[in-house]
Amino acid sequence: MTEDFIMGPLPLWAEIVTGVFAVVGAAFAAIGSFGLVRLPTFFRRIHAPTLGATVGVWSLTIATIVYFSVQGHSLFLHAILIAVFVALTAPVTTIFLVRARNSAARTTDVGQKKVPPPSTSRPRDNQPPAA
Amino acid sequence: MTPVLFWSLKLALLLLAVAMLCALYRLLAGPAAQDRITALDCLYINGMLMMLVLGINYSSNVYFEAAMLIALFGFVGSTSLAKFLLRGEVIE
Repeated sequence: MTEDFIMGPLPLWAEIVTGVFAVVGAAFAAIGSFGLVRLPTFFRRIHAPTLGATVGVWSLTIATIVYFSVQGHSLFLHAILIAVFVALTAPVTTIFLVRARNSAARTTDVGQKKVPPPSTSRPRDNQPPAA
Repeated sequence: MTPVLFWSLKLALLLLAVAMLCALYRLLAGPAAQDRITALDCLYINGMLMMLVLGINYSSNVYFEAAMLIALFGFVGSTSLAKFLLRGEVIE
């Protein structure tokens, strides 16, 4: 497989584009992870890693595509699979975690009125059936 | 590889290492279990990004497949843990 690639130097523009996208993606991932340390409550902390899961993943995907496409003289589009997979799966975990924390906070933080009520007490569920 | 790309990749690896350390701190010190699973989610995404950067660094396709496997199994692990916290069972 490796003989398909040219091991010589890449053109300068490809190296600059690859480097810029790699640094931008890694910086966004670092900012998101630093927010995980710095933000005070769970409901704020859950938002921070989304930076790394969106901009970080997409930037590094673009860097990978540019680098391997220029190096191999053919379009290297497999890396989009990772970005699409992360975009599809990252919200699932987030929704489960927020719902679990919500139900836990509902039993422990009673009276603070910071937690939305359970879904069975929404007004449209308490409506009498239309005649 | 010119010094531009060389030092860019080294800087990206350094930033991702700092990001993984931040996620590791929250994984070890998180007050609630949900905090720890959030940190685990962030940790595997950072590790996957580090695999992509290493693949560019060494000009190898193998790291790309490793990144895809990390994404797959990280999703399965963190989602099953979150489902366990939500319902008390993983598969009902």
